[in-house]
Amino acid sequence: MTAPVLSVSDLVVSAGPKFDIVRGVSFDIAPGEILGLVGESGCGKSMTSLAAMGLLPSGIRVSGGSIQLNGTDIIRLAPHQRVQRGCGRMAMVFQEPMTSLNPVLRIGEQIQEAVRVHDRAASPPARARELLDMVRIPDATHQLRAYPHELSGGMRQRVMIAIALACRPAVLIADEPTTALDVTVQRQVLGLIRELCDSLDMGVLFITHDLGVVAQLADRVAVMYAGGLVETGDVVPLFAAPRHPYTAGLMACLPDPNSDDPMLATIPGSAPRPNEIKQGCPFAPRCSRVDDICRRGAVPITFNDSGQAARCHFPLTCEAPE
Amino acid sequence: MFRYVIRRTGAAILTLVAASIVIFGFIHMIPGDPVYVMLGDGATPEQVAALRTRLGLDEPLVLQYLIWAGNALQGDLGQSVFFETPVTQVIADGAETSILLATMTMVWIVGFGIPVGVLAAIRQGRWIDQGLSGLAMLLASVPTFWVGLYLILIFAAGLGWFPSSGFPSIFDEGGLSNLRYLILPSIALAAPNAALILRLTRASMLDVAREDYVRTARAKGIKPYRVVTRHILRNALLAVVSAFGFTFAALISEAVVTETVFALPGVGRTVVQSILRRDYPVIQGVILVIVCLYLVINLLVDLSYRMLDPRVELE
Amino acid sequence: MTAHLISLTRQFAMRPLTTLGAAFLVLVVLSAVFAPLIAPFPPDAIDPVNRLLPPGGAHLMGTDHFGRDTFSRVVYGARLALLIGVGVVSFSLASGVPIGVLSALYPRLGRVLMRMVDVLMSFPSLLLALGLIVILGQGVFNAILAIGLIYLTTTARIVYGVALRLRAEPYVEAARSMGAGTWWVVTRHILPNMISPLMVQASFVFAFAQLGAAALDFLGLGAPPDVPSWGNMLAESRIYITRASWLLLWPGMMIVLTAFSLNLVGDWLRDRMDPRFRDVVRK
Repeated sequence: MTAPVLSVSDLVVSAGPKFDIVRGVSFDIAPGEILGLVGESGCGKSMTSLAAMGLLPSGIRVSGGSIQLNGTDIIRLAPHQRVQRGCGRMAMVFQEPMTSLNPVLRIGEQIQEAVRVHDRAASPPARARELLDMVRIPDATHQLRAYPHELSGGMRQRVMIAIALACRPAVLIADEPTTALDVTVQRQVLGLIRELCDSLDMGVLFITHDLGVVAQLADRVAVMYAGGLVETGDVVPLFAAPRHPYTAGLMACLPDPNSDDPMLATIPGSAPRPNEIKQGCPFAPRCSRVDDICRRGAVPITFNDSGQAARCHFPLTCEAPE
Repeated sequence: MFRYVIRRTGAAILTLVAASIVIFGFIHMIPGDPVYVMLGDGATPEQVAALRTRLGLDEPLVLQYLIWAGNALQGDLGQSVFFETPVTQVIADGAETSILLATMTMVWIVGFGIPVGVLAAIRQGRWIDQGLSGLAMLLASVPTFWVGLYLILIFAAGLGWFPSSGFPSIFDEGGLSNLRYLILPSIALAAPNAALILRLTRASMLDVAREDYVRTARAKGIKPYRVVTRHILRNALLAVVSAFGFTFAALISEAVVTETVFALPGVGRTVVQSILRRDYPVIQGVILVIVCLYLVINLLVDLSYRMLDPRVELE
Repeated sequence: MTAHLISLTRQFAMRPLTTLGAAFLVLVVLSAVFAPLIAPFPPDAIDPVNRLLPPGGAHLMGTDHFGRDTFSRVVYGARLALLIGVGVVSFSLASGVPIGVLSALYPRLGRVLMRMVDVLMSFPSLLLALGLIVILGQGVFNAILAIGLIYLTTTARIVYGVALRLRAEPYVEAARSMGAGTWWVVTRHILPNMISPLMVQASFVFAFAQLGAAALDFLGLGAPPDVPSWGNMLAESRIYITRASWLLLWPGMMIVLTAFSLNLVGDWLRDRMDPRFRDVVRK
């Protein structure tokens, strides 16, 4: 396996004393690899990505762990500080293409701004045009003069990707980039991300709550629940045989077109808030396989033969407790 | 754009017509015969009849309005009862002082309100922000004439740095140096309005700082200073610009008081003196001109706001 | 109730300046109510021997050009300040609320009424008040009407904005679709929800009424000269400021502190208010 380009280990993000939103998350991303980070809203996946990017909102801070980009520790550095230290090769695409572009600046100016920071050698206008071509925006010269409100949602998200690529990122973080888009546009944007990931040999951290998107796009999957990772593994075996009961529950919630049952499955209960988590497995109150041991102490990570990791005492391939 | 300008101008003209009816109507709402009120008790019947005829008070109301409005459109606002000169002449006499006072005041408001508001926003929550925000609220609670009186007491009577009252024209002896007469008045007049602009600038900077596109800008790795100037300030100023119409109206209101405090020969003091002299044609004329000016400025602010913000549909 | 009081106490502790402001307002109310007990002299007792005395001795805040005791006049001035404030707020609410609610309920009427409000708003506020004074003549009651007219317009606009928003709320739509009458919707849904925006508006109007009344007094177009109002005191002291600057200090401080305290309380109320209406009530 190639050396990871982004390596996050034991990341802890807190919004106050005893209020940890992200609790000890670790993952690696290799060049040219897409890691899908999945979880319900509020599970801490966006905070994980903002922490990696150095963009945590005020009042929320990294309180432990390390984040390494190509071996350099970049934790707690804001993007401009990373640029100053020559380790700023990371970029992010956000969920809302409608509000993520500055409404009073032309598209071209917003792309060139990033080019000027990251690509001193390039001519900003030429590079901006090249980037629009890369994200398949037709008539680039004309579109550079457009204002964001003149573009459709899908186009704006392509512009966001172009801005991200202007940073010549080794790692691209995409936080629910297609959630706000129509289904057909969604597919095009996903295809574009896959393609750019392969052609530029970029690592991609793709955050979503949509398992379908992950199955389609990602190479590997990390499932997050209540601020921690519960299961990681390659996409195909993980979808074929989830080991953590929460992952299995999530998959059961996907509508099955072949089933006659009109009722969708649900996981009973709701995820705990960060200050409600006590010791033991945070999923225990909702888990069908729970036992006394689940409510005590830390839960160990177990691996199976294909390297699929799950933080569970009773992963699904084992015998269920009586 | 063109259609928008037409529509918006049409609305302003309608408002002006309605306002002119109010201004015209007000002389008829005065209890008693305005002519007797104007001339006082010692007036002879001949004088009364002559003034009635001159003011056109014997005609039917609608006709009176049409004559008055028609004359106003041709630049004739009637005769001052007190000065025996055209109202337009009375207004023109005060215009220089008032325009220069307003301009100097605007310079203070923009020069202090906006930069200090930006400073407070950048240092949000720190002591400097709390101090400035508190000071702004305090200034907004201070009567302008009180500030004016203290400025006179300290800088004119005490230190003797500036003259305490009056304003000789800049075209007379002294030239532009006569502007020093307006320094204290313009500071007094600017204080509450600069405070308002400060608060508005701070609030809209903080609003914009929470926008997603500011996060995008940070993600690009731009320096914080550039994020503030290029992305936050630019958008925040849009909201501030739209408040300038309101500021102008507040300025005129308070200029009436400030000009009285500093005995400046401006339009505002003319209004107050005309009220005390019951010189109704002057009151009507001045208010009409001010409302007209206010509507024009609001229109310009509105149009420039729309030109600055590419999002707004101009159709 | 107790819990509510405790949380209120805690909120005051978080905002020391607002607490001081509220305390000052209580002081103003007390001095208005108990003026005859607090003031050492009648406010209009002329004493030609002791003219323009500096603060100290029997005259805590000195005396004016008639030898009247400034402290006593400041205390009595609180009565007029309260009268003006309560009067202006009541007038602007009593006229602005019906106009705003009716305009929101009946769009065609609303277009006409709001256009009229727009016309009134095209007059700079003090000129509008001055115009009314010209018609009505000067006096305390007329000053209240004149300043009230200014805030009739802003109150009507705010009420209109809030009522429009409330009318579009799903539960109000639902009540209407189930046949709830207009009166029912107004009394059960619109007015109760409007209380907090109106309280914010009332405290700002109260504050600006002080400044407006002081300006009218100063121009000699407000309260009659014999009334001990803070604005009149300032107007009278004008020609003596170099000889007796304390005459400028006390009444001015009272106006500033009253308006400042009301603004602080208004800000506090606004921060507590439902965020949906915050942009409507923005100053």
